[in-house]
Amino acid sequence: MVAAVEPAGPRPRPVTPARVGLYAFLVITALFFLTPLYVMLVTSFKTMPEIRQGNLLGLPAEPSLQAWGHAWSAACTGLACNGISVGFFNSVKILVPSVIVSIAVGSLTGYALSFWRVRGASALFGALMIVAFVPYQIFIYPLVRIFATIGINNSIPGIVAIHTIFGLPTMTLLFRNYFASLPIELFKAARVDGAGFFRIYSSVMMPMATPMLIVAVILQVTGIWNDFILGLVFAGRENLPMTVQLNNIVNSTQGERLYNVDMAATLLTALVPLVVYFASGRWFVRGIAAGAVKG
Amino acid sequence: MLALRPRLASKLSAWLALSPATTILVVVYVGCTAWTVWISMTASRMLPSSTFVGLRQYDALFANERWQISVSNLVVFGVLFMIASLVLGFLLAVAIDQRVRAENVLRSVFLYPFSMSFIVTGLVWQWLLNPTYGIQAVGRGFGFETFRFDWIVRQETVIYCLVIAGVWHAAGLVMAIMLAGLRGIDEDIWKAARVDGLPPWRVYVSIVIPMMGASFATAAVLLATSVVRLYDLSVAMTNGGPGIASEVPAKFVMDHLFERQNIGLATAAATSMLITVAAVVAPWIYIQSRRRRAA
Repeated sequence: MVAAVEPAGPRPRPVTPARVGLYAFLVITALFFLTPLYVMLVTSFKTMPEIRQGNLLGLPAEPSLQAWGHAWSAACTGLACNGISVGFFNSVKILVPSVIVSIAVGSLTGYALSFWRVRGASALFGALMIVAFVPYQIFIYPLVRIFATIGINNSIPGIVAIHTIFGLPTMTLLFRNYFASLPIELFKAARVDGAGFFRIYSSVMMPMATPMLIVAVILQVTGIWNDFILGLVFAGRENLPMTVQLNNIVNSTQGERLYNVDMAATLLTALVPLVVYFASGRWFVRGIAAGAVKG
Repeated sequence: MLALRPRLASKLSAWLALSPATTILVVVYVGCTAWTVWISMTASRMLPSSTFVGLRQYDALFANERWQISVSNLVVFGVLFMIASLVLGFLLAVAIDQRVRAENVLRSVFLYPFSMSFIVTGLVWQWLLNPTYGIQAVGRGFGFETFRFDWIVRQETVIYCLVIAGVWHAAGLVMAIMLAGLRGIDEDIWKAARVDGLPPWRVYVSIVIPMMGASFATAAVLLATSVVRLYDLSVAMTNGGPGIASEVPAKFVMDHLFERQNIGLATAAATSMLITVAAVVAPWIYIQSRRRRAA
């Protein structure tokens, strides 16, 4: 705890008991955070006889990819045994249009709310920020009924609409705040040049908004990929996302549970957000910070 | 006249651009909420009914043992999860802020669980807490024959398992928010404190923590909304069990909507969740808006 008051710049640092305690705390917590990932990995490479011997933390004696192959293409959900790959491709089918549509609607809304003096704009924005906190359970029954009436229940368009609806508050906030930080002269100059509403959006503002676009993509890709409840209710049995299928594989198995397959399937499901997280680095934190200031 | 026309066109365009957001706000966020609240005051069971029964569904709800357990679980989980996440997240941020080595690695380690879904989180911890093969088996393997860590299969303790998994998932988020808050604090405060001879822990307790009210509020509100939404974690980790010992309100709503087909009770439960969220979020929004007006 001694070092925080030091001014910037390198200087020799004595090894004090406080410093040792600090590192001990960090290392122990880091182990707590890393253990689940490590256990998932080693379990997925073990064989079932080896798992039954115990030794949760041990490295696999004969590392095998068999569980991974089984998880990907042969694990059972109910009667169908086609592996979690079905869920993977369903999630991709849901993810791509949902990310595009939700960001398009959110950025357009944020743009209209920041540069254009529309009557009721601040009321609309304030209301969107408040409703972001309402639990999904409030909306589910009416939405199922509405979607059934207009014929998009249990379909890809239905789940895309759902992700657009529930992504709207955060996406709007993200883009509105970003556009509000841009100099207004930029907008005025485009107006003087005779550009209209959509022209300014597509040719001036969106190209400027690349950083926010990256943040929005990161937020939406991880958020939509990790979604469970909305996919379960609105995607339909043919399009269940990977998270729902993973839960079915692990929790509704008949007979002996294959823990190595379970862990391989779990890792496969976590792979997309983990890759996004480690590839995006500080952008991910920026996304959290930008999404965190809602309200 | 000629000059007016493009302006009018742009104004129409702005209205057009805001129409998806307005529609979503009115139809989904306001309309569906009203619909749900209305159904909760009717005699609906398997099919919706329009017979008004006042608060009778709520009487039935609060007399329902499963709902009572769900609510008390939510309180226990909410209090422990929020305190543990805030304390651990803050300590991690302070520790990382001491100019430690490998800061980036440590930050990634603490935050990566947050990028994964609650389903993945729940399944990993289900495996780690499995009494036959998990942490209990590891403890016994080290020679502690009587070591007991079977919380997940015992009704009195299963909710603490959800807390452990939840903290693992969310503490990194708190750390990221707190670290941003710490880095925003004026360096001069540290210099002044050093001149005054204050020990660093005093500076943290008496000066830094009070200055970080906004960071704490943001983190607390984010955690609180995830508490009310708690659903996936319970489904994946224990599916509400053993028995109904780890049921939560969101799961109560979903099960009564789709499995038990009791729409009236489900919507009454959803409305109760909404009221809880409003009680948490409304004061925060009020304070924020007053602060913004003052600024």
